Amino acid sequence: MSTTTVGTGRLPVVKRSALAKEYNDGRYMIERNLIAYKRVPQLLVFSTIQPIIFVLMFRYVFGGVVALALPPSIPYVDYLMPGIFVQTVVFGSLAAGVGLATDLKSGLLERFASLPITRSAVLVGRTGADMVRNIFVVILMFVVGTIVGFRVHTNVLGLLASMALVVYFGYALSWIFATLGLAVKDPETAQAAAFPILAPLVFASVAFVPAESLPGWLQPWANHQPVSAVVIAARRLVLGGPTASYVIEALIWCTVILLIFVPLGVRTYRRAI
Amino acid sequence: MTTAVKVTGLKKRFSDVQALDGIDFEIPEGSIFGLLGPNGAGKTTAVRILATVHRPDAGTAEVLGYDVVRDPHEVRMRIGLAGQFAAVDPNLTGRENLRLMGRLAQVEPSYIPPRVDELLASFDLVDAGDRPVRTYSGGMRRRLDVAASLVQKPPVLFLDEPTTGLDLQSRQELWNTIRTLVQEGTTVILTTQYLEEADQLADDLIVIDHGRIIAQGTAGELKRQLGGTVIELTMGEGTDVDKAVSLVGAVVGREPERQGMLLRMPSPDGSHLLTQMLRELDDEGVQPTAVALREPSLDDVFLALTGHAAEEAEAQGNGRAS
Repeated sequence: MSTTTVGTGRLPVVKRSALAKEYNDGRYMIERNLIAYKRVPQLLVFSTIQPIIFVLMFRYVFGGVVALALPPSIPYVDYLMPGIFVQTVVFGSLAAGVGLATDLKSGLLERFASLPITRSAVLVGRTGADMVRNIFVVILMFVVGTIVGFRVHTNVLGLLASMALVVYFGYALSWIFATLGLAVKDPETAQAAAFPILAPLVFASVAFVPAESLPGWLQPWANHQPVSAVVIAARRLVLGGPTASYVIEALIWCTVILLIFVPLGVRTYRRAI
Repeated sequence: MTTAVKVTGLKKRFSDVQALDGIDFEIPEGSIFGLLGPNGAGKTTAVRILATVHRPDAGTAEVLGYDVVRDPHEVRMRIGLAGQFAAVDPNLTGRENLRLMGRLAQVEPSYIPPRVDELLASFDLVDAGDRPVRTYSGGMRRRLDVAASLVQKPPVLFLDEPTTGLDLQSRQELWNTIRTLVQEGTTVILTTQYLEEADQLADDLIVIDHGRIIAQGTAGELKRQLGGTVIELTMGEGTDVDKAVSLVGAVVGREPERQGMLLRMPSPDGSHLLTQMLRELDDEGVQPTAVALREPSLDDVFLALTGHAAEEAEAQGNGRAS
């Protein structure tokens, strides 16, 4: 890190290596977005109330029916909670699109585009802040689950790996919705456009019910779509049984999403303004 | 004198609108340059290209010798931009917004806090500095927005309609701030729809309409092109305004501009024409209730150049300028 001057009167500039700059610009943007969660706690409260209601509803209302389709050694709440973790980050990933569309409308992205920051900083800041939020929310859901009887069958390492996988998936999804938000350029549209994408992914999945309980034509989709892949891997990590191949499938999904949507998102960002 | 900004043959098209249709201008360092024109004329597009937000379709633009397409990073190190909207984060406090902009402008960290305090003081935001911006009034937001473009003390500053939505006092304070910046060596590029503002501030200005430059020079030069003075006649209730228009038109040799009961026309030879006009009207029994002879404003210039008033054009413009 060194200091240089670039022009008359201009305050001295910090010279950073490309990597340090990438890190710093992203960090400042993450901080900026996290302050919003601190200042507007409603954002966080409402995004956690919904999954808590889901936990209670599925645990106490639908749980009895679903449990009939499960092996007796697995209580429904243990089956349910990894699904809840995933559902929480999936719906939370919407925030990236809504947030970026809002910044675009307010003119903030125009200002950022005129500043000497890396091309990815704005998106890294948004998705990074949402990842921090997801870590918090997944831990919260674990606590809520534990209160209603959730028990890990494997060990702490399995639980941490399961949560980490879910957070990684949420991060990948944030890039999809970041791209979508910048493409539609309007917060309300971003919100509205996301639901039809998310609903079939979350509800036609094995997040809450076993695939066998779904109609035959839906089962191939429900077994292999990304949300299910991640739910199955997250579930195996806490419930035990053969795990490695499921985790690999889930990791491939997340990584493929990132490989497509990181460059696409950055491109969309530059064209959106 | 060295050149701060140089633009040659700049063109930019957005799907169905030719926002810029080949414009050229040069701005010397340490001056205030006004870009004038109605909404949708291409002012904002020009600023966004110079600020590296948009890329031009054709032509070149240089800021302090750096090409906006080839060396955008070098350009960004030297500019500040306050766009058309108060582009500040509503959830951050005023102080946090300014600090963020300083950091993103890559300012050496130890310089940021004193600079932020200085700006809060000079933009009258000290008391509000630690409140989230969403509690600010429109005028306070706008002031913070301009302050945010100044954190790094940019050698070249772009202000896109900076006083839109400000009250008269804030507007005059901002004008003073801009004058001080220029005394310290900053080059300011200002877009405005307020012709009064360009008149007050700009050393040189261009008038843009439909993506082309339709006039350039100092405010004084533009006014002189129009000739001496402007005559305004206000007709009373019940007078035959149509008749007055044709009578006056016959004297001046062109139809006067009519706004309700007000007739307005440039007068190259000042009062002589007015006397003749009043005699004609009197002979026909048409009596104006008020007569004024005044210096032309840039509004008159704009009207003469485009055939429509700046405000009318604004009303016709489809919302956000691009």
